[in-house]
Amino acid sequence: MSTPLLEASGISKRFGGVQALRDVSLAIRAGEVYGLIGPNGAGKTSFFNVLTGLYSADQGEVRFNGQPLPLGVPHRIAGVGIARTFQNIRLFGAMSALENVMVGRHIRLRTGVLGAILRTPAARREEADTEARAHALLRYVGIDRLANQQATHLSYGDQRRLEIARALATEPKLLALDEPAAGMNATETAGLRALIEKLRGDGLTVLLIEHDVKLVMGLCDRVAVLDYGEKIAEDVPDVVRRDPRVIAAYLGTEAVDA
Amino acid sequence: MSVDPKLKARLGVVLIGVALAVLPFVVGASFGNSWVRIIDFALLYIMLALGLNIVVGFAGLLDLGYIAFYAVGAYLYALLSSPHLAIAFPQVFAAAPGWPVWAVLPLGALVAGLFGVLLGAPTLKLRGDYLAIVTLGFGEIIRIFLNNLNAPANITNGPQGINNIAAAQIGGHALNRPLELFGVMVPGVHLQYYFFLALTLLVIFVCLRLQDSRLGRAWVAIREDEVAARACGINTRNVKLLAFGLGATFGGVAGGLFAGFQGFVSPESFGLLESIMVLCMVVLGGMGNIAGVILGAVLLALLPEALRWGAVPLQQTLFGKVLIDPESLRLLLFGIALVVVMRWRPAGLWPSALRKRELAAHGEAA
Repeated sequence: MSTPLLEASGISKRFGGVQALRDVSLAIRAGEVYGLIGPNGAGKTSFFNVLTGLYSADQGEVRFNGQPLPLGVPHRIAGVGIARTFQNIRLFGAMSALENVMVGRHIRLRTGVLGAILRTPAARREEADTEARAHALLRYVGIDRLANQQATHLSYGDQRRLEIARALATEPKLLALDEPAAGMNATETAGLRALIEKLRGDGLTVLLIEHDVKLVMGLCDRVAVLDYGEKIAEDVPDVVRRDPRVIAAYLGTEAVDA
Repeated sequence: MSVDPKLKARLGVVLIGVALAVLPFVVGASFGNSWVRIIDFALLYIMLALGLNIVVGFAGLLDLGYIAFYAVGAYLYALLSSPHLAIAFPQVFAAAPGWPVWAVLPLGALVAGLFGVLLGAPTLKLRGDYLAIVTLGFGEIIRIFLNNLNAPANITNGPQGINNIAAAQIGGHALNRPLELFGVMVPGVHLQYYFFLALTLLVIFVCLRLQDSRLGRAWVAIREDEVAARACGINTRNVKLLAFGLGATFGGVAGGLFAGFQGFVSPESFGLLESIMVLCMVVLGGMGNIAGVILGAVLLALLPEALRWGAVPLQQTLFGKVLIDPESLRLLLFGIALVVVMRWRPAGLWPSALRKRELAAHGEAA
């Protein structure tokens, strides 16, 4: 088997008296959709925040593409190719949808102060290219007609799509989605599922945190389950679904005994 | 009849250009040259307000000590263009430094920019109220330093300030002296006006270009959501420091111009009230919108002078005597104006299109 795209080993994170993550290790293979589930407070988002640099880990390391990931430095993590969305949508509200995606290109652009002021041919080319790519990404997620709308005026589902487009603008190898289906209705969830399928079809690796177990089981190639900050299972959905520890975590131990 | 919009825009630019070119002569002839001087000051305030707008309007970092950079630029110019150093340190400086303006202004911009980064560095993790308090302290520290750096070595001449500052010289001509051009006597204040106007236009140009670039977008992104901006790959530390540094740069240039214009600087000119005044220009005019900020600066720079000019005769005709001293009236009306604008136009007189939408959205949500 080839080396995984992302390999987290022994990640621990403590907030005061709460052990949010305890020795979590997992590996994500290139090209798969990897699901991370668990009951509320299991540490999914904490793990996510460590992975994308918002938190530093107390222990453990993450290797991405064979290289150690610069934990705790979000912009460098975005630079090496991990992009994320947020559980509670975090768009740049006052900017248009197009501008939001253009901000996502920031790390791939080179124009500095002088280039911007003098508007050199290189800066001009880069700017035009950024806009064209941003439009292309909005088309990809299906909201290009809303390009000039202000982000806060988009519908909930479209805001989720915009966040994905902005994440894609950083040219990630791994796209990490934090509960993208939260608050969506059935139609929107189906649309989201189609979009993730399309991303997988285009060769992107996706890490998916989700409460919607049906969505995760139907979509993911492999699933890991966190409970109280520990990984209690990791396998293909059909095996995870029958794992007694997983059932216990979700439904309580009586459900297993019965 | 339809007019090509491009042609219309060009015509507008030409008209504005002509108006700006003849402005000092028209104003000077109708109101006297003291009003040209007031316009010169308005131009300085435009530069200051635009500099602060980068920090407050674009990047959303509340800075209450901005005038410190104005002070840095002014004192640097004063030290390098007056005999003060030669008098205070005769063993080091044989003669007054007398640097040319084209060297002092960029140096002032650079040094002020460094101070901007210096202030920015410890405040990177702060936002909102906390940042405001730290920057306020920084502004006061600079002013108090200027006030007290006359001992043990007399660097700033303390509260007395530095005088005998040489006016800017361009092409061998000092800008505070009248110049005969094509048979017309052009007074010094007019020359200063053109000099300030050229630099103000440069500042506006730089602001417009920056706003519409990768960096401008990054600043607004930080203002809107810093966590998301970091996740998008923006190095928020560097981009914030850049905002502080560039904003301070404009302040430094304006300070140098101020020193050369006045011929005298003292710590008194750089108090907290001045910082707040510039902040008011930004907020009142329309945070984040360059045109709005210019409008705010012009209005707030001219308003007090207009009051001083109009309040006394008006009271005399109405009451037969002066009841309220125009100086106290000025602050009163200034306060009322702020309350009125913030109550009915919370996004400023001329808000940026986005800011307006943002506030409207908040209103709907509330």
